[in-house]
Amino acid sequence: MEYSLFILIVPFFLFLVLGLLGMKMKPKAAGIIGTAGMGLCAICASAVAYQYFFQTGMVGEEWQHLVPVNFEWLRFTESLHIDLGILLDPISVMMLVVITTVSLMVHIYSLGYMHGETGFQRYYALLSLFSFSMLGLVVATNIFQMYIFWELVGVSSYSLIGFYYTKPSAVAASKKAFIVTRFADLGFLIGILLLSFYTKTFDFGLLTADNAGLVTTSMAGGTFMGLSIATWALALIFMGGAGKSAMFPLHIWLPDAMEGPTPVSALIHAATMVVAGVFLVARLFPVYFFAAPDVLTLIAYVGTFTALFAAIIAITQTDIKRVLAFSTISQIAYMMVALGVSDYGGHDGLGYMASMFHLVTHAFFKALLFLGAGSVIHAVHSNEMSQMGNLRRYMPVTNITFAIACLAIAGIWPFSGFFSKDEILAAAFHSNPLIFWTLWAIAGLTAFYMWRLYYCIFWNSNKEYNEHHKPHESPLTMAVPLIILAIFSIFSGFIPFAGFISSDNVPFHTHIDLTVASLSIGAGVAGIAAATVLYLKKSDWTAEIAQSLGGLYRAALHKFYLDEIWMWVTQSVVFRYICIPIAWFDRHIIDGAMNGLAWATHRSAGSVKGLQSGQVQFYAWVFVAGSILIAVLVLFF
Amino acid sequence: MNILSLFVAIPILMIASLFLSKGIKQIRAIMVIGASALLILAATLVVLFIKERAASPDAEMLFTSSISWFAPLHIAYSVGVDGISVAMIALASMIVFTGVFSSWNMSMAKEYFLWYCLLSLGVFGFFISIDLFTMFMFYEIALIPMYLLIGLWGTGKKEYSAMKLTLMLMGGSAFLLVGIIGIYYTSGHTSMNLLDIANHLHIPYEHQCWIFPVTFLGFGVLGALFPFHTWSPDGHASAPTAVSMLHAGVLMKLGGYGCFRVAIYLMPEAAHELGWIFLILTGISVVYGAFSAVVQTDLKYINAYSSVSHCGLVLFAILMLNQTAMTGAVLQMLSHGLMTALFFALIGLIYGRTHTRDIREMGGLMKIMPFASVCYVLAGLASLGLPGLSGFVAEMTIFVGSFQNNDTFHRVLTIIACCSIVITAVYILRTVGKILYGPVQDEHHLHLTDAAWYERVSAVGLIVVIAAIGMYPSGVSDLISKSVVPIIEKLANI
Repeated sequence: MEYSLFILIVPFFLFLVLGLLGMKMKPKAAGIIGTAGMGLCAICASAVAYQYFFQTGMVGEEWQHLVPVNFEWLRFTESLHIDLGILLDPISVMMLVVITTVSLMVHIYSLGYMHGETGFQRYYALLSLFSFSMLGLVVATNIFQMYIFWELVGVSSYSLIGFYYTKPSAVAASKKAFIVTRFADLGFLIGILLLSFYTKTFDFGLLTADNAGLVTTSMAGGTFMGLSIATWALALIFMGGAGKSAMFPLHIWLPDAMEGPTPVSALIHAATMVVAGVFLVARLFPVYFFAAPDVLTLIAYVGTFTALFAAIIAITQTDIKRVLAFSTISQIAYMMVALGVSDYGGHDGLGYMASMFHLVTHAFFKALLFLGAGSVIHAVHSNEMSQMGNLRRYMPVTNITFAIACLAIAGIWPFSGFFSKDEILAAAFHSNPLIFWTLWAIAGLTAFYMWRLYYCIFWNSNKEYNEHHKPHESPLTMAVPLIILAIFSIFSGFIPFAGFISSDNVPFHTHIDLTVASLSIGAGVAGIAAATVLYLKKSDWTAEIAQSLGGLYRAALHKFYLDEIWMWVTQSVVFRYICIPIAWFDRHIIDGAMNGLAWATHRSAGSVKGLQSGQVQFYAWVFVAGSILIAVLVLFF
Repeated sequence: MNILSLFVAIPILMIASLFLSKGIKQIRAIMVIGASALLILAATLVVLFIKERAASPDAEMLFTSSISWFAPLHIAYSVGVDGISVAMIALASMIVFTGVFSSWNMSMAKEYFLWYCLLSLGVFGFFISIDLFTMFMFYEIALIPMYLLIGLWGTGKKEYSAMKLTLMLMGGSAFLLVGIIGIYYTSGHTSMNLLDIANHLHIPYEHQCWIFPVTFLGFGVLGALFPFHTWSPDGHASAPTAVSMLHAGVLMKLGGYGCFRVAIYLMPEAAHELGWIFLILTGISVVYGAFSAVVQTDLKYINAYSSVSHCGLVLFAILMLNQTAMTGAVLQMLSHGLMTALFFALIGLIYGRTHTRDIREMGGLMKIMPFASVCYVLAGLASLGLPGLSGFVAEMTIFVGSFQNNDTFHRVLTIIACCSIVITAVYILRTVGKILYGPVQDEHHLHLTDAAWYERVSAVGLIVVIAAIGMYPSGVSDLISKSVVPIIEKLANI
């Protein structure tokens, strides 16, 4: 399956061509080249997936790790070297399909959405760079290759968030995204250093083989501050994942990342890049499970808290992209929880499978939601809910596809979200009642805030729009991806996922647990019903409820002041109490000492220079006096 | 004639022809031809070196030759190279080449380029010498022109900066001279040749204990070792573009190279015992420089402090005393040299048009000069260690190498040094966000022109090399790591 290399080469080549020659091309040509290349990539990925899942992947009832390409890129020591290669296993193949599909949709959609923007070629070049890095990340054969592409993904995200670089808010958001994730990557890097020092390898295959035997034996015994070294290493690696996947308290960059063009939000900040952290944990799942089960518990709790926290904030936001951003945080946290509560092997590994399942379905319906939101923003030229309403009359395609996505995310049967969310809840149900009931409540909240969003955009008022700026349905290039993604959002739930993906690579069977399913549908329906009552028509109740909640409402509206806290930490603590004093110290103490030394030399030279006066009488006097002194000294001692 | 001597001969020829030249066109022609010749020569050297290395894998230095010029003190003009010096020579020729294009429109061009050639002469001479005294002599030859280049062609408070830089570096070289004399006499005053001393003679440990710190300090001043780095911000800020490029790009590497080649190579026992003192200082340099860079407002100061941080990492890695970290140190020298040169070339370009280097007075340059701005972003990304560019390769080699030292002291220092990747991101993105993005700050900037062809040559040349090392690191890395082996073997035999 060496041709899988094309999946990486094509986008990289596109990036180079569009990046270097893009300015010489007509925008349209650049867009079409980019889209066609991505199409080719998607075809390749589907071929790989077909071949893997239906021909070569399964040997003896177990999915294989295939490494069609691998070469040494940089050697550090005898045993440690960074390889670049392609690892095909169920999760990476699945990711290839998801990324290329969503990316292709976004490429097509952007032809319409970004039409006429300056920097159209640059936009497509960066999209190609992003696709390249993301694809490289998922097929990484070793943890350092993953880190390399992890950083590349970060920088393409930075460039795309800051795409409208003349807008100060976009520049600030891009900076914030990069620095927050960089901070998390520091943990990732130290984790890699620790892990690789003991195991003497970066290779995923070796790390995860034999129930992570290498890790457990090589890191056995070492402790630091009461925790084992393995726990430290894996917790630090999770920190990297938490940064990219926007887990509390490192989630603050994601809502701001919505400053980027909306299709970018759909691709990077909803469907693909932000799940990299989940993918990382999944990739190392046996290591986590066998070497550091404490960290998995930590992941479960961090995930649960993040999911709840983000869902509460999402209810209060009025910028439609921000609602979606918080919903993304919440849903990704769901996936994290699923990994955290999962056991290993067979049906016990349900959480693992559910997490990957939700990753796929979420990618489709969340991309659809974002692209739908983009279509709305394209029509009304605003992100604010208050500028919208009643749009179902003007935008039928967007309306219906958006509703489908909302049903999917709310977890209503038979839409895809139902199946994946149900599996996650089932996994939690068998693991931890606290987590289960919290997730269950979040399912209700999710349905509520998504339908609040839906009603506020498409129903709510009988708003009449200005004659000159009547909203209109988006062009075909935008509508077609919406329809395709809607189809995926409906049907992707029917994939028998457990047959393809499992924690120990042995297929198993799942069945729908009726208790859990009815509870989850109940929560979803209740959420939708509540939203219908409150938001289908304009009502005063919403304001009253907000009023009665008082402080809680205001805190949620301000995202629980986390931005302010971080701002205080970076601005006041780091900047004012570390950077400025250091710079002052450097200028005044260190450099002052040097200047002082020069001054002292100058002064002492000044004070002795009188001796070299050129007066012969003075020299003669000193000569005589000196001679007498020496004579005296010689005589008496 | 030995191929290495050509690196000294070409600058001398260039100086001679500059004396005879008339008019700016001739001067430029001489410089371009000479610098290209050096570049081609360096490329040839790399190829020849690899061939020769394959033929004689055991020889420590290749292309050695020696001409005695002061027999009573055993001073000889001895030359020879290993992978590390070849890498440094290639770096120097690249920067000399691009520096010529970055000083296309200098006033008093003839005098300027005369000193420029002399500076290059010193730098090349230093890297090819394996005789302590000759090395020291070339070192001084490289320092002196700096004074004039900054003092005459500089900007701002140039006299002060030039004086400060020269005096501090001269102070360092005084230590160095003491160290060299110490090495010569304690090793039995029979040879000044590095290889002889290292392989056939021995410096007693009690003497190593004072010579090592003195030599390390002497070279460390040039490598911007905390707390002797303050010449660097002022010096860089006042120097003209190409001089900053050469200075940060090559001259500061003399420090790292010297620490490596003289201090550690000749005195491995002392390095092993006393290295921790300097390790702490360099560890401080790394984060201290980065934190200081965060609050600077002058583009050149930002870069100068960033150099303190990055060069600190070089010395830091050398002192980790293992093969991977030392390879990383040399990679970092290469990478830092290239990207700082790129930075200074671009800052010079921007300053030449906006007449300010204060980041608060600029904004939105991306719209006005897209080419220069994109190059600046690339330089920034290289500096913050983006994979695919040289900085990443160097930093990761250093971190992985340093982490192989299995004790808490080294671990903690390595983790502290790792923190610099975050702080670097902060000051780079802050600068980029401030000057390139956002709305245009000054109406007068709107009609500024983008880079001229000669400025493009210099920027593109550097970016190509940075990306080449970043994407195909194993070539360079292998070249270097094989040459580190002799030192590692010495350390292992303690």
